[in-house]
Amino acid sequence: MSSKDKGWKEIAPAGVTPKSSVGFMTGDWKTYMPVRDLEKCTTCMMCVLYCPEGCIRWRPEMGKIEIDLSFCKGCGICANECPTKAITMKLPEKEE
Amino acid sequence: MKTDAKQQIMAMNGDEAVAYAVKQSNVDVVAAYPITPQTIIVEKFSEYVANGEVPTQFVCTESEHSAMAASIAASATGVRAFTATASAGLALMHEMLFVASGCRVPVVMAVANRALSAPLNIHGDHSDAMAERDSGWIQIFVENAQEAYDSIIQAFRIAESKNVSLPILVGLDGFTLSHTLENVTTLVDDVAKEFVGERELPLVQTHEGKSAPFKLDPKNPMTMGPIALQNYYFEFKRQQEEGMKNALSVIEKVHAEYAELTGRSYGNGLIEKYQLDDAEFAVVCVGSTAGTLKTVVDEIRAEGIKVGLLKLRTFRPFPVQEIQKALAEVSLVAVFDKSMSFGGNGGAVFHEVRHALYDNAAHPLIVDYVYGLGGRDTNPKEFKKIFHELHQIARSKRVEKLVSYIGLRE
Ligand code: SF4
Ligand code: SF4
Repeated sequence: MSSKDKGWKEIAPAGVTPKSSVGFMTGDWKTYMPVRDLEKCTTCMMCVLYCPEGCIRWRPEMGKIEIDLSFCKGCGICANECPTKAITMKLPEKEE
Repeated sequence: MKTDAKQQIMAMNGDEAVAYAVKQSNVDVVAAYPITPQTIIVEKFSEYVANGEVPTQFVCTESEHSAMAASIAASATGVRAFTATASAGLALMHEMLFVASGCRVPVVMAVANRALSAPLNIHGDHSDAMAERDSGWIQIFVENAQEAYDSIIQAFRIAESKNVSLPILVGLDGFTLSHTLENVTTLVDDVAKEFVGERELPLVQTHEGKSAPFKLDPKNPMTMGPIALQNYYFEFKRQQEEGMKNALSVIEKVHAEYAELTGRSYGNGLIEKYQLDDAEFAVVCVGSTAGTLKTVVDEIRAEGIKVGLLKLRTFRPFPVQEIQKALAEVSLVAVFDKSMSFGGNGGAVFHEVRHALYDNAAHPLIVDYVYGLGGRDTNPKEFKKIFHELHQIARSKRVEKLVSYIGLRE
């Protein structure tokens, strides 16, 4: 708690936050991260549909999918659902 | 008190009276799952919807958990939402009840109070609502079908009041009220609609310092009930407590306005005193039993014994000061509880009344009687016996048993 935190009379009810939770980096939570193999990807979009965080996007200008790791929780659903096994869950390499 | 509004008498059971009040209250969404003894409420209401008598969206959900979730979601968009349940259905909503109060959505819910399993029992007692007393819902218990009708109409105004913004539960005793036909005096549609009025939305401050109406609206994006951890959760709970405190005066105010309109009142909306002013000892109860007890009080008074009744109409927020004032002069208070608090040494109402009276200068003696569990009949004769017993206790000033059970076979 910091002295900047507001008291109960100052805050909006129900934990109201305007405009979604874009500022809340759920990506910090992950242990494993999804790694794409774009050779295997058929752009079927299954991962886009299944990702519970909505952090995989189809980028038409690039002709490929892109994963926003700042919101990816590392649940592995995308890797599980990918029909061509184009996504694998890996531990990020530790920096020495 | 004057009666301004044209009214008409209808024959309805308690459940139908609730459905009729909802019909007149301009409700946008009703989401429900049927459960005895509540079923008639949503059955009747779905008829109104099917017949095109109301423009309400009716959502048939697959469980009470979903019924409450849908009601919360609807209410969060700024519209008016209603649901009804009982017993296991209310228990299944448990988690969602906290979401409703935490999100500050003024959902109105009728609960046809009923026992909880096991063993399975479909009849009336207060185990369901009492188990949810800390869920942040306003709780009102009614005495008869008339009060059920009146209270539902008042409930929307109370819950939606800007400085309350909390969900409200109106409890009517299972079968005793839900399924019993009574004469119910009803307002004409327009008058009821005008009394309930439009839902007003409080303005909230957004992070950009703008103020916007408190509702989910794509034009003004906002998130309700997101994560609040160690640094903020506590503050939100304190806010809810403030809403509850404000509800005390709002209940009184709405009740008084309604009394002015209809000529019907229930004490001050929080408690109703019956023959209490010169009483030597008093009994306290919740719900339909008040009707029985009023008769018994009259009979006992005819014997020259000065007894009074305090009917607790609003159980949450608990009207501590009203109770303290009403029971300041009596030497003995007997609380009647229609539910158990296992291992708690007395029922929920007993605990609360005793707690309220702790600060009274002259503590009265306070005893608890648990009765009527699972719909067991408790008749005036039995209450009369208890009243004579109480008279003895009041005279001797000695309590031998703090908690007793009425009509229980040893
Ligand atoms: S690991 Fe989970 S959160 Fe991350 S991209 Fe895959 S599905 Fe989405
Ligand atoms: S599911 Fe697999 S193949 Fe399909 S788009 Fe995603 S990564 Fe590519």
